Amino acid sequence: MFVWLFFAIFAHNGFLSIYGVKSYLQVSSEIGILAVGVALLMIAGEFDLSIGSLIGFSSMSITLLTIEANMPMPLASVLTLIMTIFIGYCNGLTVVKSGLPSFIITLGSLFIVRGLTIAVTKLITGRTQISGIDESSGYDFMHSIFSSSVKIADVNFPVSIFWWILFVFLGYFMLNQTQIGNWIFATGASKESSKLMGIPIRKIKVSLFMLTAFCAWFIAVIQVTTFNGADVLRGEQKEFISIIAAVIGGTLLTGGYGSIIGVMIGALIFGIVKQGIIFAGIDADWFQVFMGVMLVSAVLVNGSFKKKYIHEF
Amino acid sequence: MAVLKKSTFMNSNRLDLHNIYKNFGNVKALKNVSMSTNSGQINCILGDNGAGKSTLVNIISGVFQQDEGDYKINDEIVSFSSPMEAMNAGISTVYQNLAIIPIMNIYRNFFLGQEPTKKGFFKTFDKEFATRTTIEQLEKFDIKIENPKRAAGTLSGGERQILAIARALYFGAKILILDEPTSALGVKESNKVVNQIISLKNQNINVILISHNIEQAYMLSDKFFIIKNGDMIDQFEKNQTSVNDLRKILGK
Repeated sequence: MFVWLFFAIFAHNGFLSIYGVKSYLQVSSEIGILAVGVALLMIAGEFDLSIGSLIGFSSMSITLLTIEANMPMPLASVLTLIMTIFIGYCNGLTVVKSGLPSFIITLGSLFIVRGLTIAVTKLITGRTQISGIDESSGYDFMHSIFSSSVKIADVNFPVSIFWWILFVFLGYFMLNQTQIGNWIFATGASKESSKLMGIPIRKIKVSLFMLTAFCAWFIAVIQVTTFNGADVLRGEQKEFISIIAAVIGGTLLTGGYGSIIGVMIGALIFGIVKQGIIFAGIDADWFQVFMGVMLVSAVLVNGSFKKKYIHEF
Repeated sequence: MAVLKKSTFMNSNRLDLHNIYKNFGNVKALKNVSMSTNSGQINCILGDNGAGKSTLVNIISGVFQQDEGDYKINDEIVSFSSPMEAMNAGISTVYQNLAIIPIMNIYRNFFLGQEPTKKGFFKTFDKEFATRTTIEQLEKFDIKIENPKRAAGTLSGGERQILAIARALYFGAKILILDEPTSALGVKESNKVVNQIISLKNQNINVILISHNIEQAYMLSDKFFIIKNGDMIDQFEKNQTSVNDLRKILGK
C-alpha cells in the first residue's frame, strides 16, 4: 500500500492511468503465478531454485518439439508438461530421500537443467533463440488460452492476470480450507511432530516440487505464446524473484507459516516497484536496490513474528 | 498379525509385555523385559538415560517392533508397524517436545492429521466444528480458550502438554504414554499437568508415565517399573515401596 502510494505520488505521468495499472499487473501476474507454487513449497519447508531453468527448459522444449519435430503445439506442450513435472518429481524425490537441504539439491538441478537446455538446443539448431512458432498448427489455440487479452476501458489486459487470480484462489483454497493445507503447514513447521501424527510428509513435499514445476511450465507457455518462440535463457533469476515475492508476502523462510493472499500482495509490490520506477523516470538500476531492501526488511519482520510464538519448552 | 480394533477395548485395557528382547546391532537395548499395566492406573517406568526406557516406549507405541517376546493387549497378541496403527488401536504417546507445533494455531494442532471435513465434493476442512470441539475438549481439562485461532505457542508449557493429552483422549486413546510430561515445566505449570494426569484414572485410562523425577513419580503412580541397562530389575506396587527405596535402587 505504501509502495503504491509512493509511486502514485512520484510517478504521476501514467502510473495511475489504466495503462499503468495494466503494465504492473502484467509483470505481477507472471511472478504471482510462480510465487503461489514457490510459497506453498516454502511453507512446507523447502526451496525450489530450479524453476527459472525449468521455464527455459519448458519453453525451449515446446518450441523445438513444435518447430523441429513438427508436432502440433498443444501436443508438444503436454509432452513438455510431463517432462517438466517429472523433473520436479526428481527434485522432490532427491530431497526427501537424501535428507539434504533442498536449497543445494535444486541449485544443482538449476545448473543441470539450464546447461542441458543450452547444450541440446545448440546441438539441434546451432542457435540459442528460436522463433516463428506462430505458424505451427495449434498455436492459435494455445495463444488464445495463455496469451490473449481482454479489453477493459480501451486497454488490453493480458489473460495471464486472470490466470494469476485463479492460481491465487486455488492456492488459498488448498492451503486454508483443506486437510492438505493443514498438512502443508505442519510439514514445514515440524517434520518430526508431523510424522508422529501420521502426516505423509514425503508425499506432500514431492507433490509440491511437482507443483512448482507445473507453475514453471505454465509461465513457459505464456512466454512462448507471447514472444512467439523461446530463448534458452528464459526465466533467469525468476527463482529468486518468486522467493522474494513470497517472503515479502510474509512466508517464513524456515517454513510453517505463510499466506497466499500475502504472496499475491508480494507479487503485486514487485510489479508496482518494477514498473513504477520506470514511470517515475528513475533509472531502472535502482529497482534491484529497492527489492533488496524490501527483502531484508521483510525477513526481519517475519523473523520477529516467529520468535514471538516459539518459546523454548 | 491381528490388527486391533477399538472395540477390543472393554472396561479394562490391560497391556502385557512378555520376555521382550530388542537389539540394535551389538547393543542389547532390552533384555527379557516383562511388564503388565492395567487401566485406571498410572504406571511409571523409572530409569536413567540410556537404560532402555525409550526403546520400551517405542515398542509399545509402534515406532519399532521387538526382536523377541509377545506384546499383548487384553490377552490378544498385537503388532504395530507404525505409530499411526498403534494410535488407531487406541495407544497414544505424548512426547516431551514434539507434542504440539507452536507456530500453528490451537485448533489446527488439535486436529492435526485427523482434520474433520465437511460433506460435499471438496471435503473442506470443517473449521467451525474444529474450533467448537477444541474449546469443548479443553474445557474438560480446565483450560478456557477464548480464541482457538491463537498460535499454540502462546499457550503455557503446561497447557500445551494438556492440549496434547486432551487430543489423544478425544481421538480414542485407551492406553496413554506420557514421556516426561513435566520435565520442562515450572512448579505451577507442573501441578496443573499432574492434576490432569490423576484425573485420567477416573476415565479408566491405562497411563504409562516415563519420568526422571522420583518424588513426583511416587506421588502420582500406582505401580513402578525400574529399568537398568536394558533389564527390568524391579517392579513394585505403591504400597511396597517408598521414595527412599526408589532412590536407593536408582542410585540417586
